[in-house]
Amino acid sequence: MPHQKDDVYGDHISHQFNEELAELKTEFLKMGGMVEQQLNDAVQALVEGDSALADEVRARDKAVDQMEVEIDEEATQVIARRQPTARDLRLVVSVIKMVADLERVGDEAKKIAKFAIGLAEEGKAPRGYVEVRHIGNHVATMLHDALDAFARLDSEQALQIMKEDKRVDEEYQAATRSLLTFMMEDTRNISRCMSVMWVLRALERVGDHACNLAENVIFMVKGEDVRHTSMEEAERVVGHTRG
Amino acid sequence: MNTMNPSLSNENVQRDTAEPGAEGGRGKPAEGVIEYGKTVGTPFSDNPKFSLRDVDVFYGQSQAIKSISLDIAKNEVIAFIGPSGCGKSTFLRCLNRMNDSIDICRVKGQLELDGQDLYDPKRDVVELRARVGMVFQKPNPFPKSIYDNVAYGPRIHGLANRKSELDDIVENSLRKAGLWDEVKDRLDAPATGMSGGQQQRLCIARTIAVSPEVVLMDEPCSALDPIATARVEELIAELSESYTIIIVTHSMQQAARVSDRTAYFHLGHLVEVNKTNKVFTAPEHELTESYITGRFG
Repeated sequence: MPHQKDDVYGDHISHQFNEELAELKTEFLKMGGMVEQQLNDAVQALVEGDSALADEVRARDKAVDQMEVEIDEEATQVIARRQPTARDLRLVVSVIKMVADLERVGDEAKKIAKFAIGLAEEGKAPRGYVEVRHIGNHVATMLHDALDAFARLDSEQALQIMKEDKRVDEEYQAATRSLLTFMMEDTRNISRCMSVMWVLRALERVGDHACNLAENVIFMVKGEDVRHTSMEEAERVVGHTRG
Repeated sequence: MNTMNPSLSNENVQRDTAEPGAEGGRGKPAEGVIEYGKTVGTPFSDNPKFSLRDVDVFYGQSQAIKSISLDIAKNEVIAFIGPSGCGKSTFLRCLNRMNDSIDICRVKGQLELDGQDLYDPKRDVVELRARVGMVFQKPNPFPKSIYDNVAYGPRIHGLANRKSELDDIVENSLRKAGLWDEVKDRLDAPATGMSGGQQQRLCIARTIAVSPEVVLMDEPCSALDPIATARVEELIAELSESYTIIIVTHSMQQAARVSDRTAYFHLGHLVEVNKTNKVFTAPEHELTESYITGRFG
């Protein structure tokens, strides 16, 4: 039976419970928005050599960390006071797991910002920025779509994100290969190329976290855990209609 | 093989009678949401203690149970949950023929205990109720001593030949019910002087004193405080090693804590039966989900 309503968490007998779950969702999406901004700013700071922006990203990471703590606290309170079950329970459990992923994305953004400052100090843009921009856009879109899938409880969209992660992995492999050839061409490139490698690695990790978010969205909607299963299994779960 | 009591089966009652006490207000689910007589999940077992097929129960003209089919496995703990008036207690009371005492109540369908017809007119109901014991919502000790409460059943069923045998049964039953240490020095004291939680555990001891195979529990903790409730739940876990336990409860957390399987009843239908783990994390039926998440009920 499909959920036809926008707010499947809002029709409890207890209005207070509705509000607590709505608050949890809203706070999570707010944290998601912060982390998206952090990622976009970090990539922009790197590509444009904007150290000031990179500093801002590093400073704002504390706020992201603080949100993780607050959301975990709220989720714990809901469990303690409401003993949620079924889809409510899956929402709360997923949020607890997903804030950890968001916080890690925030850390990756901070890491990219740190490299952005180092690279900006060294001067002109080295090779590899095209790849950074490309993969950065790709994982930023995945992150955005994962938050969107969460907000709309869209397991189909979540499944697409899981598929995108495979492409990011391929792009990452290709980018590291080309950076290796730059390093072999001219050993003076090595230090800078290594920094870019680390940035690419961080972006690839962001893709993994977006993929984790997507898996949690599928769990929230379908009640089945698709982590560590094949893509075929995830497709079956998403295509599988309830009842 | 289905030799039902003719007086129970020759009724010709209209099926869709008005439902008394149907819940109103927001989130009221339409009757049409339930497919008639169809239960989702895993209602059947390879190793049934009770095998129940197409069970209908009527109170006069109104049908309280609508074509329910369910197996209850040996040594499982199964919880019946659902909103008030959903038929869970009525269905429970079919299992040791407690409904026989209600004149206007009629039971139809195939109900078997260990493959034998439960409603066979030749069946000895007293013997049946010794095999299928029952614990009620309110503790109902006899106005006798603690000892005599527990010894009553074994005496009338002739389970003990000597006083020492009876003593052993009383002690073992009280031990199993987790009550022995609290009462061993005052077995002659009146049972009515005990606390509510102690009385309920005494009733459980009284039930298991006749070595039943099945224990039916109809909201056994609803009159108890949280500590007494925890003791009874602990007891359910221990008893499940040797008995089949069927518990009706209004506390979904209790169902989640004590049972292996959970059956969700709604307006006389059995909507869903599944492993308790599944019911409380990812129920299959929308109505089950609505009930356990507090959307109506």
